Amino acid sequence: MSLSRKTAVAGVFEHPTRFAPDKSLFQIMAESVRGALDDAGLTIKDVNGVCTTGIGMSGMGIIGFCDYLNLTPNFVDSTSIGGSSFVAHTAHAAAAIHAGLCDVCIVVYGSTAASSRFAIGTGGGGGGGGGDPCDQYEIPFGPTTVGSYAMIAQRHMHDYGTTSEQLAEIAVTMRLHASMNPVAKYRDPITVEDVLASRIISSPLHLLDCCIISDGGGALVITSAERARDLKKKPVYILGTGETVRHAARGQRDFLEIAAAQSGRLAFERAGVAHKDIDMAMIYDSFTITVLSTLENLGFCKRGEGGAFVSGGRLRFDGEFPINTDGGGLSSNHPGMRGIFLVIEATKQLRGECGPRQVEDCKIALAHGTGGTLGTRHSGATLILSNQ
Amino acid sequence: MAEQTQAKKYSKPLPHLDEENRPWWEALQRHELYIQKCRNCGDIRYYPRALCTNCMSSDTQWIKCSGRGKVYTFTTTYQNQAPGFRESLPYIMAYVELDEGLKMLTNLVDCTPEQAKIGMPVEVVYEDVTPTVTLAKFRPAR
Repeated sequence: MSLSRKTAVAGVFEHPTRFAPDKSLFQIMAESVRGALDDAGLTIKDVNGVCTTGIGMSGMGIIGFCDYLNLTPNFVDSTSIGGSSFVAHTAHAAAAIHAGLCDVCIVVYGSTAASSRFAIGTGGGGGGGGGDPCDQYEIPFGPTTVGSYAMIAQRHMHDYGTTSEQLAEIAVTMRLHASMNPVAKYRDPITVEDVLASRIISSPLHLLDCCIISDGGGALVITSAERARDLKKKPVYILGTGETVRHAARGQRDFLEIAAAQSGRLAFERAGVAHKDIDMAMIYDSFTITVLSTLENLGFCKRGEGGAFVSGGRLRFDGEFPINTDGGGLSSNHPGMRGIFLVIEATKQLRGECGPRQVEDCKIALAHGTGGTLGTRHSGATLILSNQ
Repeated sequence: MAEQTQAKKYSKPLPHLDEENRPWWEALQRHELYIQKCRNCGDIRYYPRALCTNCMSSDTQWIKCSGRGKVYTFTTTYQNQAPGFRESLPYIMAYVELDEGLKMLTNLVDCTPEQAKIGMPVEVVYEDVTPTVTLAKFRPAR
């Protein structure tokens, strides 16, 4: 049973806030839902599916959020696999709609990570709560989120000669894109030298190799392709999805193979498109190495060739393979989890709404979320979208 | 009283010991490092768990490690807000590939950030951090 083009993203909204000490978590989320419903031309009364999770809410926070908006949906999903969760939610919403479990499903995220002074990458614990059986063999050694990704970078450099300059170019490109995004948090251009001169957080990653910390939120409205065609905005069809996890593999892991290898393969197979068909991609950029490793594992270049692939301006909005045109988590926003913004920007690109950073003739886009900690345990979720 | 003083002094996060993992942690207290091997299919595994991930057999053999291995990858951490670690920056976190073939997360000790290299031979050192917890860390092989 193929899901391809049976469902669509009908509405999106990125909350413009980057610092919101005056707003509650549910307020940011609800304002995002209002924005996405307005964008789609639907109302809260149309919503009968809800997907959400977050770092700021409890494990059952989805019920509390339904309480806040007085929703009693027929479908709920609070899959919590880190920053990629909202890419996975989009897939789950599409499957639920196609199976008749609900008609209009919202996917929503919000966070006050910055105003709550939450040390996302360097708070210790390595992203998890520290209470799972596997954590007991890690927490005594000082794992951090950034450290986990740094160990992947170190091994990549060792095996393939990847350089800090190559990783830095990713950060420089994201900042260029942010300079064209009026709501991006950091908009002043940076150079490769700036990245290399910034302090080392966890070797070999510098401060400017790391995503920023902001507040923020966003929402999507997912519905059937048929219904989406009658709504306010041009539908962005869901062609293919994939998701999986990677972990220590009982001590036998190949660390440079990440979840994207499997989730990407599934998404391409299910979408029935090839790599050359992808006009732009939104690649979760928690750290520069996340981007390089993801591009290799999705198959846009061979393993070990990521350093060369990200060089020479290829990833720029006007380059051969544009990614993260909003400025990404490295420069625009990273309120703890970022998956929702990948789908939002990909949708806007496919609608041609991106102004100065618009990718020319954009017909098919890919969004890939990475959640958790790349060097210990992480998830990957891939989504392929099209305006046709 | 001595226990209280030591517990107060050691402020880094400690593992939660339970009936499943206790034999492994007790072995570390004796300064012995073990991995597990399935008696049914022969698959080896770390961290320790009650059943084999390959065949799901609970018939498990403990294999004593030589305590030698090589650095698979590492990172020198300069920023960590967590209590205990923020006072001991920088420190080196690493995956060590044991001679027995499994990779384990650990710290490199007696090793400067400049010395640390992937592929470097290392040997286990046991750090008795509390009366009930001993950690297996690694230093450059001598």
